[in-house]
Amino acid sequence: MSNYVESFGQLWGPLLVLGQIALFTLVLLLSIAFLLLLDRKVWAGVMMRKGPNVVGPFGLLQSFADFGKFLIKEIVIPAGANKTVFILAPILTCTLAFASWSAIPVAPGTTSGTSWVISNLNVGILYLFAISSLGVYGIIMGGWASNSKYPFLGALRSAAQMVSYEVSIGFVIVTVILQVGSMNLTDIVNNQDGGFWNWHAFSFQNFPLIIVMFPMFVIFFISALAETNRPPFDLPEAESELVAGYQVEYGSTPYLLFMLGEYLNIVLMCAMMTILFLGGWHGPIPLGEDFVRDHPFLNAFAGLFWFMFKILFFFFLFAMVKAIVPRYRYDQLMRLGWKVFLPTSLAAVLIVAGYVVYMGVQS
Amino acid sequence: MADTAHISEIDDRKFTLNFGPQHPAAHGVLRMILDLDGEVVTRVDSHIGLLHRGTEKLLEYKTFLQGMPYFDRLDYCSPMNQEHAWCLAIEKLLGVAIPRRASLIRVLYSEIGRIMSHLLNVGTGVMDVGALTPITWCFEEREKLCVFYERASGSRMHAAYFRPGGVHQDLPQPLLDDIAEWCDDFPKVLDQIESLVTENRIFKQRMVDIGVVDEKTIMDWGFSGVMVRGSGLAWDLRRAQPYECYSELDFKIPVGRNGDNYDRYVCRMDEMRESTKIMQQCIELLAKEGPGPVLVPGSKMAPPRRAEMKNSMEALIHHFKLYTEGFHVPEGETYAAIEAPKGEFGVYLVSDGTNRPYRAKIRAPGYPHLQAMDHLCKGHMLADVSAVLGSLDIVFGEIDR
Repeated sequence: MSNYVESFGQLWGPLLVLGQIALFTLVLLLSIAFLLLLDRKVWAGVMMRKGPNVVGPFGLLQSFADFGKFLIKEIVIPAGANKTVFILAPILTCTLAFASWSAIPVAPGTTSGTSWVISNLNVGILYLFAISSLGVYGIIMGGWASNSKYPFLGALRSAAQMVSYEVSIGFVIVTVILQVGSMNLTDIVNNQDGGFWNWHAFSFQNFPLIIVMFPMFVIFFISALAETNRPPFDLPEAESELVAGYQVEYGSTPYLLFMLGEYLNIVLMCAMMTILFLGGWHGPIPLGEDFVRDHPFLNAFAGLFWFMFKILFFFFLFAMVKAIVPRYRYDQLMRLGWKVFLPTSLAAVLIVAGYVVYMGVQS
Repeated sequence: MADTAHISEIDDRKFTLNFGPQHPAAHGVLRMILDLDGEVVTRVDSHIGLLHRGTEKLLEYKTFLQGMPYFDRLDYCSPMNQEHAWCLAIEKLLGVAIPRRASLIRVLYSEIGRIMSHLLNVGTGVMDVGALTPITWCFEEREKLCVFYERASGSRMHAAYFRPGGVHQDLPQPLLDDIAEWCDDFPKVLDQIESLVTENRIFKQRMVDIGVVDEKTIMDWGFSGVMVRGSGLAWDLRRAQPYECYSELDFKIPVGRNGDNYDRYVCRMDEMRESTKIMQQCIELLAKEGPGPVLVPGSKMAPPRRAEMKNSMEALIHHFKLYTEGFHVPEGETYAAIEAPKGEFGVYLVSDGTNRPYRAKIRAPGYPHLQAMDHLCKGHMLADVSAVLGSLDIVFGEIDR
């Protein structure tokens, strides 16, 4: 009997993690369903259309109807395609998009210094960066395996694009890490407590850095647009040139997986911006230490609310950008990435590093 | 030993791309074979003919009146403008002058057609460089214009409203009032569209210095319309060889400076504002000059009035002959051209004195423009091809005929 309990105790940890993973996946999928609708509604609003409004009240069930339709459709694999890679590409994209969420802390824990996260990695930001870099493989594989010219061009474009903008994203992240002194995402968030003026986008605790950090915040947002292939950087799937880029030959469930992966990545980028620059789960006005001590659960849910609210805010920005801007041309995109963002972010790293070394950082 | 020099000669690293006819940016049924060197276009080979209906040949087997609706189906973005050229050619051969009211109505609806065409072109042109919103704003206004078409002719698109000798029916006053009201609101809508597009940095980066047309290109390739005016040459048939009552109307001819995509876009936006002014003047003149005939009264082109047919045998015979045999046009040949939204739209008409044209040749403005695709796109990037194509204002109804 005692043996059984003991072995159950050993099982408890992995089971808990499995439960957390299931919960994260479920919540993510549900949010994506409604975020997709939000995206379309915002876009429709700008275009002075109504947007989806037939399935369910206000079209709330539209995404579920789409989901059903994608599942029921037949999977068509082009005759000349490399079947294995063709199928593998969307699966890879989607899996990687989910995998990166395992390191995202979504709310403060009930004890100080902890958080609600599947895996509290001490190199969390590196993990995120690595996984999101791998995302380009899904697109290249999909574009190449289709054995068709438009997808091939789309894949080439996106490979170049994602690599270019990851460089500047990397440097922007370094500026944050230098201030915090840790690559743990929970530490990064906790470094920004005590009111919105302490958020890294404003950096009041190291006041002069605001002139560096706020532009970095903007650069990160724009690079995030490029990283997730959103307009004005949607060249890999540019409708007026490449029809749908790497997705041309895809339909049915593989297409669904691509799209799911794409939106998961967008939300991930929103979450990264929230964590790195907008204080993660910290509200704009601190609740006070007494409150946090007396009501740890309430504090956790307040944190969760703020985290989600900020993600929603960024997602709204993503949707608005999509509705308003035209698309960059390939060479202009490269110019912006390599000749504008890279030198700027590199200079920012130098400035922040110099500040940290000579002035000492306040956290 | 393998002849390597021979292999390298063949392998010139060309990447051939089939652009269209199902491509979303192909503006109808254009098919282009693009030779690419990386992203840079080295050759554009346009293939046309997928929408060929043999309009010119069909016209030879129809009476002059029956042939008229075919012109709606040429440039289907501005149907009445094409009808206008056909009617002008016939009237030239017949040597008739149309009633004043009909002339004003024709100008009014020609300008409506111009705005319809430009709205569509600006919307899709901006969409070709990736901004998806303005086209819905443009279409909302275009929709209202379609309704004006419908209220005048009964059809939103294929109007068949202009007739040799005038227009089919008079316009009711409420319609004119509604058009006047629309004219007041429209410039504000244009401002809104411009606020989203004109000064947008990305839009400018995509459009400025792309597809530059210089004077030599214009002469060599036979350009007309906005393709000429965008390059700074004020060539507009409404001013250069006025027809109808354009000579007495007050309007400006917007011209660009550099002849690139951007200038052509700006020209189209300004032309819409000028067209609105022309429409307002027409409505004013229509109100001032009061009611009158809209088809040459008592002529062989106008059907007799219903009441007359009840009592007069001659009227009945005339009605029957008009709608079966049609009217005869005296022997001769003529060329009539109008300033269509896309450029000079002309009809070269040869009549042998019967009720059908001996030959009708249509000069569609889009045809020479499309020919220059290779010339304009060479050395630009793949994304510029669709931007230039949008800026040329291609409609396949008139190119393939």
